[in-house]
Amino acid sequence: MSSAFNRRRFLDAILGAGFISTIAAVAYPVWRYLIPPVSGEPATQSVVAAQASQVKPNSGLVFKFGSKPGLLVRTPDGELQAFNAVCTHLDCTVQYKPDTSQIWCACHNGTYDLQGNVVSGPPPRPLERLVVNQRGDEVVVSRT
Amino acid sequence: MSQIIDWVDERLDLSGIRHFIAEKGVPIHTQKIWYYLGGVTLFLFMVQVASGILLLLYYRPSASEAYESVQFIVTQVEFGWLIRNIHSWSANLLILAAFAHLFSVFFLKSYRQPRELTWISGALLLFLMLGFGFSGYLLPWNELAFFATKVGTGIAGAVPFVGRGMLRFLRGGDDVTGATLSRFYALHVAILPAMTTVLVALHLLFVQRQGMSVPMKEARRLRAGGFQKQMPFFPDYILRDVLVWYVAIALLAALAAFYPWELGRKADPFAAVPAGIRPEWYFLAMFHTLKLLPSHILGFEGERLGVLAFGLAAALLVVVPFLDRRASREESSPWFTTVGLAALLYFVAFTIIGYLAS
Repeated sequence: MSSAFNRRRFLDAILGAGFISTIAAVAYPVWRYLIPPVSGEPATQSVVAAQASQVKPNSGLVFKFGSKPGLLVRTPDGELQAFNAVCTHLDCTVQYKPDTSQIWCACHNGTYDLQGNVVSGPPPRPLERLVVNQRGDEVVVSRT
Repeated sequence: MSQIIDWVDERLDLSGIRHFIAEKGVPIHTQKIWYYLGGVTLFLFMVQVASGILLLLYYRPSASEAYESVQFIVTQVEFGWLIRNIHSWSANLLILAAFAHLFSVFFLKSYRQPRELTWISGALLLFLMLGFGFSGYLLPWNELAFFATKVGTGIAGAVPFVGRGMLRFLRGGDDVTGATLSRFYALHVAILPAMTTVLVALHLLFVQRQGMSVPMKEARRLRAGGFQKQMPFFPDYILRDVLVWYVAIALLAALAAFYPWELGRKADPFAAVPAGIRPEWYFLAMFHTLKLLPSHILGFEGERLGVLAFGLAAALLVVVPFLDRRASREESSPWFTTVGLAALLYFVAFTIIGYLAS
């Protein structure tokens, strides 16, 4: 009796292990498949954002910096500044507000000054600053 | 575990299910091996649903991106090649299993009264599976699929009277373009699955309500007072079913790993048709027959007649239970067996000839 009982338990264990292995063998590839592969696109280092003559004082424009938006601002003093336009709060795209001369995020009313530092609202960190160089009339923006 | 079951039982009263599980039996006789074909067809369909949903996560249904997205799946996504190959191979095995299921049921005359509706729903399901195969073939938007779809929709265009409208409806215009891809995509992932879900549910419901059919000889023996040996479905039979599914998984995995499905070149509407163009194997017999027909038969266009004949054959297949009156009276119907054998022979022979000819 006891040997039959042991044999049954042994067979149950083998069968159970077989089922669990099958589930694992299916679940593992599916799990790996669900994780999107890392994009092969290298992080952009430098782009021509605009023609300097197009950007009037006290205005801003959003440009394409690789796969992310960038914000180019000409301050009322005529100085050019560039930032990564992704708000540090929840990834919205920020814009320049000429009436307050601040950078503003419309999603949750976060504001930054023209150095990219948080003035008010929920953003936890300052905006990432980008380096601006002029090459003739071209405004070249690059990552530091 | 039993506590959880008790908890649910207290609230939902599972006695009906308990009773069903305890009572359900499978007849034992010399022909019982054919019972496995329905189960394995259903299993492969489940594999198609699961792998198809996974492919949807990365696939992009547009003429400019479809090919690239499939390329991305098989080269960049981890195990993407496995999922795609499983989907392609399982589609083929599914249709093979469905055909085998159909022929086994046909030769056993299991469609006879009272199972006419089970047969009809099954035959319609087979047509839906062919629709899945045809629409899915185009989705990678490669050269072979593009021209096969041109030919296939062209065949629909040869149907008398309504052909022109059908062709435009299928293609979403006069030519196979991105509009066709959008249509086939909608068909493949929404319309056909919805119809299949309903029909599979009905098909299974009919099988459960009526129990398994037994061969005529067995039925006659039972009527004469014989005893029907049975095997409980749970767990005896279901474990055997699972064993067959395991064989199917092993076969699928081996095919997917060792015979990857080629992606080929991206479709180019302005390129010449590549040599050796042919549809999937299950359309080969029809494809080759239409190729052999003379351009005119008795003053009618050969292709139109051919298409009409295939349509008629499909319609006859659906209504077989109502034609075979002898089988419904539990008498043998050798005529139907002969016609079935001829059809099977034709199908196999022309598939092979079509394969060798292209």
